[in-house]
Amino acid sequence: MTIASSSPPSRLPLGDATGAGTKQRTRRAASRETQGDGRLAAVFIAPALLGFAVFLLWPTLRGIYLSFTRFNLLTPAEWVGLDNYVRMVNDPIFWDSLTVTVEYVVINIGVQTVSALAIAVLLQRLTQSAVLRGIVLTPYLMSNVVAGIVWLWILDTQLGIGNEIISAVGADRIPFLADETWAIPTIALINVWRHVGYTALLLFAGLQAIPGDVYEAAKVDGASEWRMFWRITMPLLRPVLAVVLIMTVIGSFQVFDTVAVTTAGGPANATNVLQYYIYGAAFGRFQFGYASAMSVALLVVLSAITVIQYRLTRAGQTDLG
Amino acid sequence: MVTALTGALALSLVTGCAQGDSVSAGGNTVTYWLWDANQLPAYQACAKGFEKNNPGLKVKITQMGWADYWTKLTASFIAGTEPDVFTDHIQKFGQFADLKVLEPLDDLGIDDSAYQSGLAANWKGQDGHRYGAPKDWDTVALFYNQKMAKEAGLTADQLNSLSWNPKDGGTFEKAIARLTVDKNGKRGDEEGFDKNNVKVYGMATGGAGDADGQTTWSPFVASAGWNYTDKARWGTKYQYDSETFQSVVDWYFGLAKKGYLAPFTDYTDGANPANAQVASGKAATSFDGAWMISTYHTTKGLDVGTAPTPIGPTGKRATMMNGLADSVTKNSRNKEGAKKWVRYLASNECQKTVGGYGIVFPATPDGTRAAVAAYKKKGIDVSAFTEPVNDKKDSATFSFPITDYAADVYSLMRPAMQDVFANDAPVSGLTSTNDQINLVLGQ
Repeated sequence: MTIASSSPPSRLPLGDATGAGTKQRTRRAASRETQGDGRLAAVFIAPALLGFAVFLLWPTLRGIYLSFTRFNLLTPAEWVGLDNYVRMVNDPIFWDSLTVTVEYVVINIGVQTVSALAIAVLLQRLTQSAVLRGIVLTPYLMSNVVAGIVWLWILDTQLGIGNEIISAVGADRIPFLADETWAIPTIALINVWRHVGYTALLLFAGLQAIPGDVYEAAKVDGASEWRMFWRITMPLLRPVLAVVLIMTVIGSFQVFDTVAVTTAGGPANATNVLQYYIYGAAFGRFQFGYASAMSVALLVVLSAITVIQYRLTRAGQTDLG
Repeated sequence: MVTALTGALALSLVTGCAQGDSVSAGGNTVTYWLWDANQLPAYQACAKGFEKNNPGLKVKITQMGWADYWTKLTASFIAGTEPDVFTDHIQKFGQFADLKVLEPLDDLGIDDSAYQSGLAANWKGQDGHRYGAPKDWDTVALFYNQKMAKEAGLTADQLNSLSWNPKDGGTFEKAIARLTVDKNGKRGDEEGFDKNNVKVYGMATGGAGDADGQTTWSPFVASAGWNYTDKARWGTKYQYDSETFQSVVDWYFGLAKKGYLAPFTDYTDGANPANAQVASGKAATSFDGAWMISTYHTTKGLDVGTAPTPIGPTGKRATMMNGLADSVTKNSRNKEGAKKWVRYLASNECQKTVGGYGIVFPATPDGTRAAVAAYKKKGIDVSAFTEPVNDKKDSATFSFPITDYAADVYSLMRPAMQDVFANDAPVSGLTSTNDQINLVLGQ
């Protein structure tokens, strides 16, 4: 922390060469000094800590508490013990929505990460154009809801321009968002379209941190671009890639708005992702206790996945140097 | 980790997000919410009349779209920023009654006989108290493209006297088959018709109909003698397990397999509802509600006619007759003013004013007459919507199901009906959905 390092080194206790009395005084001075630092640190940390407590810690604890209650938000919560969790385990729609969510995450993250990596490498190896980087980011500047509605119109089976084109070239119209086989992949790809530029930019930043001389040395040794990608880029990008993966997987699990505006969970629950099911239970059916229990389950799932990802990818270590 | 926490517990935070614009003003202002933009001028005119009769009181009207309306209303109840008075829908009434967010309106002295039959009685809760004052009503009829009907050789008289049955579909099925045209110009009732390459469907799809099928299957199941629940109001058992219901639904969605009804995949709530399918010439007819009259009649390039719902096996036509009401919120800051405003909204004076705009049928007979006259002035014949209400001999009207747990019923029936229509799931599967619903109701 910058606060600790700001203490002048000359004031630190210098050992017992000056005798016992001095030592005593120095210790007291040091402890006063540390205390002063502590207070200063507390002042600096307080706003963040307050925000954390008010916006994260308290809602978390309250959410966990509510998951043990029957609560419709307008009358006081009533303690029901583990009832909501028992119901959740026995609720086929919950398990179904978890499966649908995982299916979405796999397609979304798989396609997005590979495409983003390709874009990032191309951006770094072929061009340094800021305009191009800006263009890549454009879909990300659009709100999810707007992107969802625009794609809903483009892909509409009967009237969408996308299907008009498909039909004009002689192929059968595709019910992208109205068919249970197509709906989840379509939503996953809509979100890839929106997020891929942002993910590519994060990876691009990671690529910038790889020293150029490594590539130069490889070139001197006669390595091809393909070989350099697998032997230099990938290993050295790993920590950044790991963090990007962790973040995007968490975000992907929380898909909601695109589903809400394009399919509303249909057809026949084919796109009833977990967040949408939770929302419906809470704000449609006023079962805030049950919705909280499912939210806690989602928290547990996400925490577990994050820990596993972190371990597997050794996100905290670098191979550089 | 921190991000994970935020996501999973955003729920607890949302309760805080609903705060913000305080709507209920208190004092001498009455806040009033409605969702239909077409009706805003009519109610603004009513508000003027009310303010003149009640010096010192002011009405502040807020209009927002159907979807936002209910989300915002829910949030406002949670945050304590609800309006004093709001337009209420029978589908939501049960839930609001459960949540105890409505103010009893017994002291308004609403006389049931002053309104079209059944409208006032629907707004009494299980506790016997009144929670809504009748405002308007709507029925369902068949909108058809006049040009396409003429090309198919169907006259208005023929379309006005269609009948159906679940065995061969009757004259109704024959008519929509005739209106269906495939890519090669062959009609649905002609030899060599290609049901997989349809250019114009005989009937637009309105989706799977969720739990009520208001503008889809309900005219058929009702004219076959079926009703949603065991009792007209506050029933304790749903009847989606009935053989009548299931066989009619099977026949109805079967029309799509024959190529006459547009398939489920052609329907999108936001992008391509039934009226858009008719407007774009992809469908020749559609069942739709009275609230859509102006929309169809003002569609460019569409010459539209209307016919009543077909006569069913019971020998009668059937249409849902749904009435909206105005309700006062329990936490209204100005209950006295709010009740005065609702009393005025339910009065013949205000309803005649609203009727004069020709956009909706008000609940009082005089208001309805004013609306019919106003539509006529615009050159629109609305008898397909009003006849079923006036003619009790040949027509039957029924209401939205009024029960507890309406939101749960909806969330169970919506995917189940979609499964039948979109995925061709056996209609007998609705029996287990019905069991689940009745289990919820029996809690």
